Amino acid sequence: MTDATLAFAQGGSQHLAGTATIVHDGPASKRIVTGYGFWIFLLSDIIMFSCFFAAYAVLVGQTADGPHGSQLFDLRSVAAETGLLLLSSFTCGLASIAAGVRNERWFQAAMAATCVLGLAFLALEGREFASLVAQGAGPTRSAFLSSFFSLVGCHGMHVSAGILWLLTMMAQVFAKGFRADIQRRLLCFALFWHALDIIWVAVFSVVYLLGSAV
Amino acid sequence: MFGKLSWAAIPFDQPIPLITGAVVLVAILAVLAWVVIAGHLPYLWREWITSVDHKRIGVMYTLLASVMLLRGFSDAIMMRAQQAVAYHSQGYLPPEHFNQIFSAHGTIMIFFVAMPFVIGLMNLVVPLQLGVRDVAFPTLNSVGFWLTATGALLVNVSLVVGEFARTGWLPYPPLSELTYSPGVGVDYYLWSLLISGVGTLVAGINLVTTVLKLRTRGMTYLRMPMFCWTTLASNLLIVAAFPILTATLLMLMLDRYFGFHFFTNEAGGNVMMFMNLIWAWGHPEVYILILPAFGIYSEVVSTFSGKPLFGYRSMVLATMAICVISFMVWLHHFFTMGAGPDVNAIFGIASMIIAVPTGVKIYNWLFTMYGGRIRFTTPMMWSLGFMVTFIIGGLTGVLVAVPPADFLLHNSLFLVAHFHNVIIGGVLFGAFAGYTYWFPKAFGFRLHEGYGKAAFWFWLVGFYVAFFPLYAVGFLGMTRRMQHYNVAEWRPWLLVAGFGAVLILIGIVFQIMQLVVSIRHRAELRDATGDPWDGRSLEWATASPPPVFNFAVMPDVSGADAYWTMKMHAREQGPGSSAPDYRDVEMPRNSPTGFVCAFFATIMGFALIWHIWWMVAAGGIGAFATFVAFAWRDHDEYVIPAAEVARIDRANLDARRAALSFAGSA
Repeated sequence: MTDATLAFAQGGSQHLAGTATIVHDGPASKRIVTGYGFWIFLLSDIIMFSCFFAAYAVLVGQTADGPHGSQLFDLRSVAAETGLLLLSSFTCGLASIAAGVRNERWFQAAMAATCVLGLAFLALEGREFASLVAQGAGPTRSAFLSSFFSLVGCHGMHVSAGILWLLTMMAQVFAKGFRADIQRRLLCFALFWHALDIIWVAVFSVVYLLGSAV
Repeated sequence: MFGKLSWAAIPFDQPIPLITGAVVLVAILAVLAWVVIAGHLPYLWREWITSVDHKRIGVMYTLLASVMLLRGFSDAIMMRAQQAVAYHSQGYLPPEHFNQIFSAHGTIMIFFVAMPFVIGLMNLVVPLQLGVRDVAFPTLNSVGFWLTATGALLVNVSLVVGEFARTGWLPYPPLSELTYSPGVGVDYYLWSLLISGVGTLVAGINLVTTVLKLRTRGMTYLRMPMFCWTTLASNLLIVAAFPILTATLLMLMLDRYFGFHFFTNEAGGNVMMFMNLIWAWGHPEVYILILPAFGIYSEVVSTFSGKPLFGYRSMVLATMAICVISFMVWLHHFFTMGAGPDVNAIFGIASMIIAVPTGVKIYNWLFTMYGGRIRFTTPMMWSLGFMVTFIIGGLTGVLVAVPPADFLLHNSLFLVAHFHNVIIGGVLFGAFAGYTYWFPKAFGFRLHEGYGKAAFWFWLVGFYVAFFPLYAVGFLGMTRRMQHYNVAEWRPWLLVAGFGAVLILIGIVFQIMQLVVSIRHRAELRDATGDPWDGRSLEWATASPPPVFNFAVMPDVSGADAYWTMKMHAREQGPGSSAPDYRDVEMPRNSPTGFVCAFFATIMGFALIWHIWWMVAAGGIGAFATFVAFAWRDHDEYVIPAAEVARIDRANLDARRAALSFAGSA
């Protein structure tokens, strides 16, 4: 066995670097690796949401003689929430553009606007939840309401975590500027925020629109 | 102040867990005291605990798995002993204790032995095989490991503080709901798995990104070693399946903590939704475990037959086919649910179809050996033992995939025998093969062959003696998880099974002796060549153990079996003339983030189990603060200058040449 191994060792590390035609260029850049990894995380997160969607679909009729979605949902408030969240995605996009051209003032303004819109969304959602609980239609009332609160609440928790992340990023850019690693984190944050929008579109359609029909 | 926690949580009236706990605690304290007194703490902290080196993290994963294997096996032999004596009697384990033991055994063996073992080997080997310097996210890798350790710690804490779940390794409602399991057992289960599940997901994302985005120059997909392919498939499954487990356990948690009605008997909850969700994760999970083992066998069989893997492309295709089909068979775990003949038929057929790619693999390994010059080393022995054992386990699996047969065998010991047949004969043998095969790469010396072979034979024979009787008692109608019984026909089989467990115990003792003897005789077992097995893939092209940067020069790959090709080329061409082009190497800096994060996660998990809400908040804030502090670092990388790289590489190469010339002249 040893003759080939010895011949390799005789040549030293130069044998590692061959002369053949290269058909693959080697490791990707850090920006690509980070973004790619975060995309994979987002896909896994979407799978987690899909479980809560599935549970909602299974349990939507299980109201235990309690109220149905059509008796509970206030579609005007939900429309306002949708508007706020879609708008916040737009301002988040502005923040990405500002980060791209390294304009800190516009970046901070756009992020602050995103934060305010996100908080307003959460306030409306909180008001909806509070009014449901006050009507005696809290999550412990029926399996339908358990799945409703979990699915919508899970999205709300993600938005809350996103706002915490957003504030951290504002502070980081303020303290350290647009360093390469911070730019990569901003890329991930933007992906996260837009993904929450996509999930909300599904929540709006499946939970509120289809749920109102039951 | 301390929620549900009080002195009543310590089982003073139960000697077995109390004494075990005391012994383990004393052992841990003794090891800690030795580490501190001997002055090893700074070294451990600097080189291991805060390390973000994929090789070190891989070793720590494997070590965690080995320690937990001892715990899981203790549970196993206690159960075998109980069933051997509990004929017309209560045995020595009361029911509430027996139920905790079988639940803990399953939970530990799957989540804290099999998973960390395969993830550890993937971490250690895959970047080396791909010819790169680290995984995609080194610090997150450390976080993932320490969160897994947190989960393992919480399971073990339940031994002495409170209790563990009595619900089986999958907490089926309504038994696991608060009404029927009011204690903290299920909560221990939930939080340890939710926390370690985050760790597993992180590891999965990391390894998928590593394989897909970090490969050295020329390493195209179809030039990757088979282990990299199975790693890719397995981690894709982790990314797709573990969120399902997390969501399902979260739903059960909401039921238990906040009175939700996902799986309750009342207010419209749906118990069967739990079975569907948990097995939508659970079936892919078994392929998450077995696919890396298939990769290990592929490497081992090809290396020790001295031939390229037979049917490489069909192996890739089979791996990816299993990856997809594994999501289409979950319902065969509960044919008895009553979904009707059509649904059951579809899932039965899907379960048989997924056996086809596995059969393809078996033939590929056989044809790889055919005409080869086989060396019967310990890893090869494990691989051969696997092929025979796994075929039998696979066939009994196809048998229970037939719905009418399953109606008879559901929840019987036949099923228990089947899944131990595939998990021990498949996953565990593969883990042991990989452990023996890559040990010299990780530590620079080989494991003792004699003890390795003795361990193999005791494991193999012990497995057959312990589990084949269970097929028989399964046919005789014995259901799983019985604390006592009064059927005379079962008794002899259970005595034989108990004897088999003792044989396995001897196998484990031989493994421990193998490690001890090998460490003592490491000078004789030293591998200075970096290539102790005449290997074929790139991990053997560098020194053993590899330098922190793995490769002094990034390898250029020009074909499959990259290192083999290079060796053959070198033999034909003779020594070249050009000096290697050493460059500065940028490496990630060590970070305590993972350890500190896991510390807070442990506090938070424990507080959640015992409803100590202020401590939950403290743990949560601590974990977030750790991440912010990590994000605030200004220098997360350091540079090893080209001269230093050259010095290390030349020293390694001189050692290799010296060792090989000596071997050549001898």
